[in-house]
Amino acid sequence: MSAEPSPQSPWQAATITRIEKRTPRVTSFWFQPSRPFVHLAGQHVDVRLTAPDGYQARRSYSIASAPGGGVELAIERLDDGEVSPFFHDVAAVGDEIELRGPLGGHFIWEESDGGPVLLVGGGSGVVPLMAMVRHRMLGNTAVPVALVFSARVWDEVIFRDELIGLDDRRDGFDLVLTLTREPARRPSDYSRRIDARMMAQAVERLPKAPKLAYVCGSNAFVSAAADALIGAGVPAGTIRTERYGV
Amino acid sequence: MVTRGFFSGRRPPSDTDARIPPGQYLEQGFPVLSAGPTPRVRTEDWSFTLKQGPRPIKKWNWAEFNALPQSKMTRDIHCVTAWTKFNTPWQGVMIDDILADAGIEPPTAYTLALSFDGYSTNVPTKDLVTGKAMVALLYEGKPITPDHGGPARLLVPHLYFWKSAKWVNGLQFTERDEPGFWELRGYHMYGDPWREQRYSSDP
Repeated sequence: MSAEPSPQSPWQAATITRIEKRTPRVTSFWFQPSRPFVHLAGQHVDVRLTAPDGYQARRSYSIASAPGGGVELAIERLDDGEVSPFFHDVAAVGDEIELRGPLGGHFIWEESDGGPVLLVGGGSGVVPLMAMVRHRMLGNTAVPVALVFSARVWDEVIFRDELIGLDDRRDGFDLVLTLTREPARRPSDYSRRIDARMMAQAVERLPKAPKLAYVCGSNAFVSAAADALIGAGVPAGTIRTERYGV
Repeated sequence: MVTRGFFSGRRPPSDTDARIPPGQYLEQGFPVLSAGPTPRVRTEDWSFTLKQGPRPIKKWNWAEFNALPQSKMTRDIHCVTAWTKFNTPWQGVMIDDILADAGIEPPTAYTLALSFDGYSTNVPTKDLVTGKAMVALLYEGKPITPDHGGPARLLVPHLYFWKSAKWVNGLQFTERDEPGFWELRGYHMYGDPWREQRYSSDP
């Protein structure tokens, strides 16, 4: 292993510029890459950590920030993980971390893709969807977007205040929260797991059938949500999924 | 570049270290990844077609395909998302036996694997023959579940696992190396885990 990446290396050092706790289990880290970094909403980066003996661990993390809005990774702590506990317990502002990216050419949304768009996220699966929501907001576009966000409890709703603030603008962005282990807090919200009826009602919130649907979360969540969308009449070919493996 | 404060790696024991390609970690579970919803393909609707370009060479239904000689392969598999899983046991029909049943030699140097959901992935033909790859029908002795690509998936275990197309329904021989679904979206044309060929910019 060389001490520094070669000039051709796809890896680059990025400096942590800010850290903010989002929920008890999720913390956001902002990075300043050393080279130009232009991403699309929905893309991810690979992160690589290197121990003094040369051992390396790499994981993929979705980008939460909109294009042009810096590089924010919202990282969920997995207790049996080897990379996320490092971020939560060790990483500090000023540290340099190796990044590769932006990566991914499928689970992305650009303004030119149009809409309406239905976003369905479970837990930290909301992160790439948040980049799309922010991209819509920064672009000042009228594309109708509905986000159905499933979390266990109110305090685990990542980006909660920001999302509710965007919902309150009533400008074509519609937020639906569903809490699986607590009663709903807002009149329009649910308190159960995602099902076909909930997806059908989410579709009805859009002015017409969604042109594209994006589903992100654990494999179990994505399987259930994608099946629910199909059950609500959304064509399989319009549904893009991103699964967090396990 | 050493990362400040990162020490406790999960360096695997030295007897298994040699089986883990660079940048991979050992996974005990079997994670599921796919670009869209899981298609539920009924075996009565299932078929497998061998094609040269647009021209069909031979087509099998489920019963005909299951009547072909079946082989077992137990292999380590490597996903581009960085997990490696040891000793995954598969049973199915070797590509060699599919070609033999069709009575052909591989007509071109490149192949696209095609799937029921519209997915495709390119593999050089030489990486599919001479005992290297199969269309798998069983995993751990049982029918492959839909989320893992059942009823049948391609198994090309020496390449990153996105090349092992789920819900496979055909192989198309092509004159050129034509990129498939992920290869058109930034992933490597070949995908050798030992050379860490993850993305199109990798050598």
